[in-house]
Amino acid sequence: MQIEKFYYDNKIVKAFGLATIVFGIVGMLAGLWAAIQIYYPASSLNLAPTTFGRLRPLHTNAIIFAFVGNASFAGIYYSLQRLCKARMYSDKLSWMHFWGWQAIIVAAAITLLMGKTTGKEYAELEWPIDIAITIVWVIFGINMLGTIIKRREKHLYVAIWFYIATWVTVAMLHIVNSIEIPVSFLKSYSWYAGVQDALVQWWYGHNAVAFFLTTPVLGLMYYFLPKAANRPVYSYRLSIIHFWALIFIYIWAGPHHLLYTALPDWAQSLGVVFSVMLIAPSWGGMLNGLFTLRGAWDKVKEDPVLKFMVVAITCYGMATFEGPLLSLKNVNAISHFSDWTIAHVHIGGLGWNGFLAFSILYYMIPKMWGTDLYSKKLATNHFWLGTIGIILYAVPLYWAGFEQSLMWKSFTPEGQLKFQFMETVNSIKPMYITRSIGGGLYLVGALMMVYNLYKTMAKGSFVANEAAEAAPLVKEAHAKKEYWHRVIERRPVTLLVLSLIVVAIGGLIEFVPTFLVKSNVPTIASVKPYTPLELQGRDIYVREGCYTCHSQMIRPFRDEVSRYGEYSKAGEFVYDHPFQWGSKRTGPDLAREGNKYPDSWHYNHMYDPRSMSPGSIMPQYTWLLDNALDTASTPAKIRAMRTIGVPYPEGYDLQANKDLMQQANSIAANLKKDKIETPPNVEIVALIAYLQRLGTDIKAEPEKNVTTTITTNK
Amino acid sequence: MKFIHYLEKISGVEILGLVSLAIFFLFFTIMLTWVFRTNKQTLKSISQIPLDN
Repeated sequence: MQIEKFYYDNKIVKAFGLATIVFGIVGMLAGLWAAIQIYYPASSLNLAPTTFGRLRPLHTNAIIFAFVGNASFAGIYYSLQRLCKARMYSDKLSWMHFWGWQAIIVAAAITLLMGKTTGKEYAELEWPIDIAITIVWVIFGINMLGTIIKRREKHLYVAIWFYIATWVTVAMLHIVNSIEIPVSFLKSYSWYAGVQDALVQWWYGHNAVAFFLTTPVLGLMYYFLPKAANRPVYSYRLSIIHFWALIFIYIWAGPHHLLYTALPDWAQSLGVVFSVMLIAPSWGGMLNGLFTLRGAWDKVKEDPVLKFMVVAITCYGMATFEGPLLSLKNVNAISHFSDWTIAHVHIGGLGWNGFLAFSILYYMIPKMWGTDLYSKKLATNHFWLGTIGIILYAVPLYWAGFEQSLMWKSFTPEGQLKFQFMETVNSIKPMYITRSIGGGLYLVGALMMVYNLYKTMAKGSFVANEAAEAAPLVKEAHAKKEYWHRVIERRPVTLLVLSLIVVAIGGLIEFVPTFLVKSNVPTIASVKPYTPLELQGRDIYVREGCYTCHSQMIRPFRDEVSRYGEYSKAGEFVYDHPFQWGSKRTGPDLAREGNKYPDSWHYNHMYDPRSMSPGSIMPQYTWLLDNALDTASTPAKIRAMRTIGVPYPEGYDLQANKDLMQQANSIAANLKKDKIETPPNVEIVALIAYLQRLGTDIKAEPEKNVTTTITTNK
Repeated sequence: MKFIHYLEKISGVEILGLVSLAIFFLFFTIMLTWVFRTNKQTLKSISQIPLDN
């Protein structure tokens, strides 16, 4: 047989690798800055773009899609070529993928800081960017599948299975969760409302963790760990079970983000059961990874690549043990909305994703530059600094989560709430400070890596096209005994379709009942659409990322009902496009904020939160007092809302601004009574209107509900 | 405004549970059968792929 000579494309790997390093540092800096703002609010610089509510989405998006995303692409482009014994299908597609993805990241950074957001966590990017993501993802898919099809290796190694499942599932998640109605070039509303929006969002959110932060990285583990340890994976059979069981079960578990919320109970239970089951494949994978090193632990002592991998895989095991634990309802009652969640995700983010990304960079860069790592000692120091950083980050936050949550739930013997919300915040400030020190150490370690890798590149010479040779694939006759296995294992397209079916099942079974049956979300007669001013105020609430610190979901617990009021009902959210339940209570819940304080309180509070509640860690929102309200957008917003089923009367879009000004004038008059002079057409007035509406509808008798009337067009 | 007896209101909802269970059972049965019927030598040779490039 003729042996073919060909070249691996290292240049594209280099590009993605460098992007990983650059955006990793940027994402970590944004995270550190956001962490400091929590105990030192003035560090927001009192500027809209650098305030927590906008910086936090920038941090999460940068880490997930820019840092881990680019690292995965670098690893996939490196390993896929070698596992297929073929160059990437098309260099042109590779570079379109690379530049497209980087353009998306830059666009994301700019728009998020501008406050252009859909308000759905980890899916904040607005519709034009969503479309760009879809196109780039398809380019990546064609390039990957093309490479697999023209491969010179008979079998598809399990890492490739993980890549294929990643591709197909992320495509499905992204499309379903991004269905939105554009209002203008950079503004849209989620197609779904309230409970349904929450279900879709957390089906997405949970599985973004599964299929963007886990499956591609597991694929990398299955390639780079055997490479670095120079021995095959412990059990290939186990890796197959790991793959299928993981992708089948993962997709069902999303509702565990919504326990005790207004989501129907059966969907919550389904989420819990599948989350508990998830520990089996996850730990199967972790053990498979760690057992690969049996008899090779002496290498771990020497090699920084393996050191990082061992901690990464251990953190994967810890995070996937904690996940099922957190999804038990009784544990979730304590952990949810607290800093425990933040600690949990950072075990995954810093430990599993970060350390695995570092390990593959330390592996690939010396290889591609044909040299050894500049300094093993520096890499080992990076390893220890990072590990200590993770511990210093996570442990204080676990503590903070427990402490604050238990304080929330404490009652005096007389049956009163024992602690004001502010007291619970003050008691955990030291933990917030320690956490940022941990994050700082981790960042310093990463900077040491940058220097080390730079020196490595400087001393080696880059091999852009690495020569390799292999025999072409020949079609062989089917051996009957083998047939079963062959059907899936050697056919990438079949594998892709099967993966899609497997991941679609869980989603369908969860969604169908909630979407088909109207009575699934019982409507409440007194719940009415937002007035135009409130709608504008809500958009400001979304723009400033208030949901990153405030929930709008009172769970049916004694303490929450005592503290915030009547627990939240599914029917209250039917006009919420998007839902704003939130996932973290750095500040108190706002679901029943309406009519709790006078308008002037909110005005002063936005200007300087500490003047109204001493000790508050909320940033100042001074610009809201001056920014003119964009009333020109009102008609388009009303029309968009009508399209997605909010019952504004026909032709109301043209009258809406009249109602808007009327309500704004009355709020301005109200403020004047408290000696606050403000024009009615500023953003703060709209935001006050929205905050004063929150949770008030169900207090009104259906027929008496005239305070928020909308003039009908007859 | 309660979610009690709420799944029952969906017509033909019994099928949902049955179908789910059947899919779940079939999925794991087929997968495990497939995995354990595969030739050990084949698996061993596949697991060597990352090492020979």
